[in-house]
Amino acid sequence: MKLITAIVKPFTLDDVKDALEQLGVFGMTVSEVQGYGRQKGHTEVYRGAEYAVDFVPKLRVEVVVDDASVDKVVEVIVDSARTGKIGDGKVWVTPVETIVRVRTGERGTDAL
Amino acid sequence: MDKGDTAWVLTSAALVLLMTPGVAFFYGGMVRTKSVLNMLMMSLGSMGVVGVLWVLFGYSEAFGKDVAGGWFADPFEFWGLKGLLGADSLSGTIPSTAFVAFQAMFAILTVALISGAVADRTRFGPWLVFAAVWVTLVYFPVAHWVFDFDGKDAAGNVTDPGGWIANQLKVIDFAGGTAVHINAGAAGLALALLLGKRHGWPKEPMKPHNLPLVVLGAGLLWFGWFGFNAGSALGANGTAAVTFINTLVATSAALLGWLIVERFRDGKPTTLGAASGAVAGLVAITPACSAVTPIGAIAIGAIAGAVCALAISLKYKFGYDDSLDVVGVHLVGGIIGTVLIGFFASAEAPAAVDGLFYGGGWDQLWRQVVGALAVLVFSFVATLIIGMVIKYTIGFRLDPEAEVTGIDDAEHAESAYQQGGINSRGSIKASALQGSKA
Repeated sequence: MKLITAIVKPFTLDDVKDALEQLGVFGMTVSEVQGYGRQKGHTEVYRGAEYAVDFVPKLRVEVVVDDASVDKVVEVIVDSARTGKIGDGKVWVTPVETIVRVRTGERGTDAL
Repeated sequence: MDKGDTAWVLTSAALVLLMTPGVAFFYGGMVRTKSVLNMLMMSLGSMGVVGVLWVLFGYSEAFGKDVAGGWFADPFEFWGLKGLLGADSLSGTIPSTAFVAFQAMFAILTVALISGAVADRTRFGPWLVFAAVWVTLVYFPVAHWVFDFDGKDAAGNVTDPGGWIANQLKVIDFAGGTAVHINAGAAGLALALLLGKRHGWPKEPMKPHNLPLVVLGAGLLWFGWFGFNAGSALGANGTAAVTFINTLVATSAALLGWLIVERFRDGKPTTLGAASGAVAGLVAITPACSAVTPIGAIAIGAIAGAVCALAISLKYKFGYDDSLDVVGVHLVGGIIGTVLIGFFASAEAPAAVDGLFYGGGWDQLWRQVVGALAVLVFSFVATLIIGMVIKYTIGFRLDPEAEVTGIDDAEHAESAYQQGGINSRGSIKASALQGSKA
C-alpha cells in the first residue's frame, strides 16, 4: 500500500475529487496548508505599508491505495490539478506499513 | 423651546454616541486577532468613564461660568446637572439637557479616538485613569475655549463670557476640528512617543485582522457624523441641511482622493484606503462644514484624502508607532480642515465669512492657524505630562511577554474568536459548576 500526498491549488479540489471517485478511490483526507515552492508568495499593501506574504494557501490531499493502482491514481491527480502555470503543486508517494479500519478492526487492503 | 430643534438635537446626540462603537470597530478591525477586544474596550471604557464625569462636572467645566482667567469654567456650577432640569432651563431654543446630552457624546468620542495611537500595549486600568484625567485637564477646558460662545443679553452685551478661541480669536470651528480632532491627534502623538513602539514594530507584519469590521466601523462613523456636524447647528434648520450636504460630499471626495494616491503609489486601490479616506474627509469637513460651499467641501475633502494618505507614512520616517494613524488621519486631517477654512470659506455659507480665495483676505486664515496651533501645542504638552505621571506611578504599558502573547488574554482574560480550533473546547473549572444540578 502507498500513501499518495498531493499539494494542489485549492480551486482544483473538485476536479481531483471527481477524477478519483471515477477511478474507484473511496475516501480521502483534505487539509488546508500554507507553503511555497518556485511560485513564491505575493505582496499585500495596508495603508502604504508593504507586507511580503511568503506562504500561499494550498490544499493537501491524501489518499492511501493498493500498490497496483498507484501509477493510475497519481496520473489522474496530476492531470486534474494541472493548469500549466507556476504553483500547480507536487505529488509524492510514500510506502504504508499497514492500515486498520477502526470500526471493524480489518487490516491491510481490506481496510481501504 | 422649539420642538423641531429639540427633536433634531436629541436625535443627533444618539447619532454621535454611535460613532464611538464605530471607532471601536474601525480600530478593532485594524489590529491583530490577539488585541481586538482590548481595542474595543478602550472605546467602551471611554463611554463609561467620560459619560459619568460629563454629567458630574464635565459639562459645568466646559459650559459654566469662566474661572481661572478663562482657562476653564466652574466645574461645580452645574455639578450633577443641578439647576438644568427645569422646563424653563433652555440653551437657545432647546432644553439645556438636550445640549448637555449632545456635547457629552463629543467628549466620549474624543477620548476613544486617541486609543488608536497606543494599540496592543496599553494596560486597561491606567487607560481608564488616563481617560478620566485627560478629559478633566485637557478636553473640558479646550471644549470651553472652542464651543462655549458668549452669553449675551437683548442689547448685545456679554453677560456670560465664553471661551477665547470661539469669542476673542473668532476661529471658525463648527463641530470640533480643533477641540476633537487636533486635540485627539496631538494627544495620540504624545502617548505614542511616551509608550514607545510595539514589540516588533515596524519589522514584524501587523496586518489588519478584519477589514470588513473596519468598513463597518467607517460606515457607522459616516452615519453618526451627520449628527456630529449637522447636529451642531443645534436646530432643525438651513444650517443643519447645508452642513449635512457638505459632510456627505467632502467625505465622498476624500475617499476618492485617498484611493487615487494609492493607485499611483502602491498600484492598487484598497478597502482600508477607502475607509480611511472617508474618515479623513469626515475629520477635515468637521470644522469647515458651516463655512464653505459644497464645491469648497469637495476641495477640502479631496485635499484631506490625498494628504492624509501621504501623511500616514510619516511614522515610518520618524520612527514613532502611531499604530492606527491617529496622527496621520485626525491630527493632519483636523489641521487641514481647520486651516483650509481660511482659504475656502465663502460668505454664501451659513458662517458668512469670506476666505482668501473668496476675496476675504488673510484675516480668517491667521485666526484658523493660531487656533489650530494653540490646541495642538496645549494638548501635546498636557498629554505628555499626564502620561508621564501615569507612566512613572502606576505604570502605563503592558509587560513585553504579555504583549507578545496578546493583550486580550493579559488584560481581559478573553479571546475574540472561537473558530473551532483545539482551544475553543477547554474545560469548565470545577468552581464554576458548584451548585449546578447538571
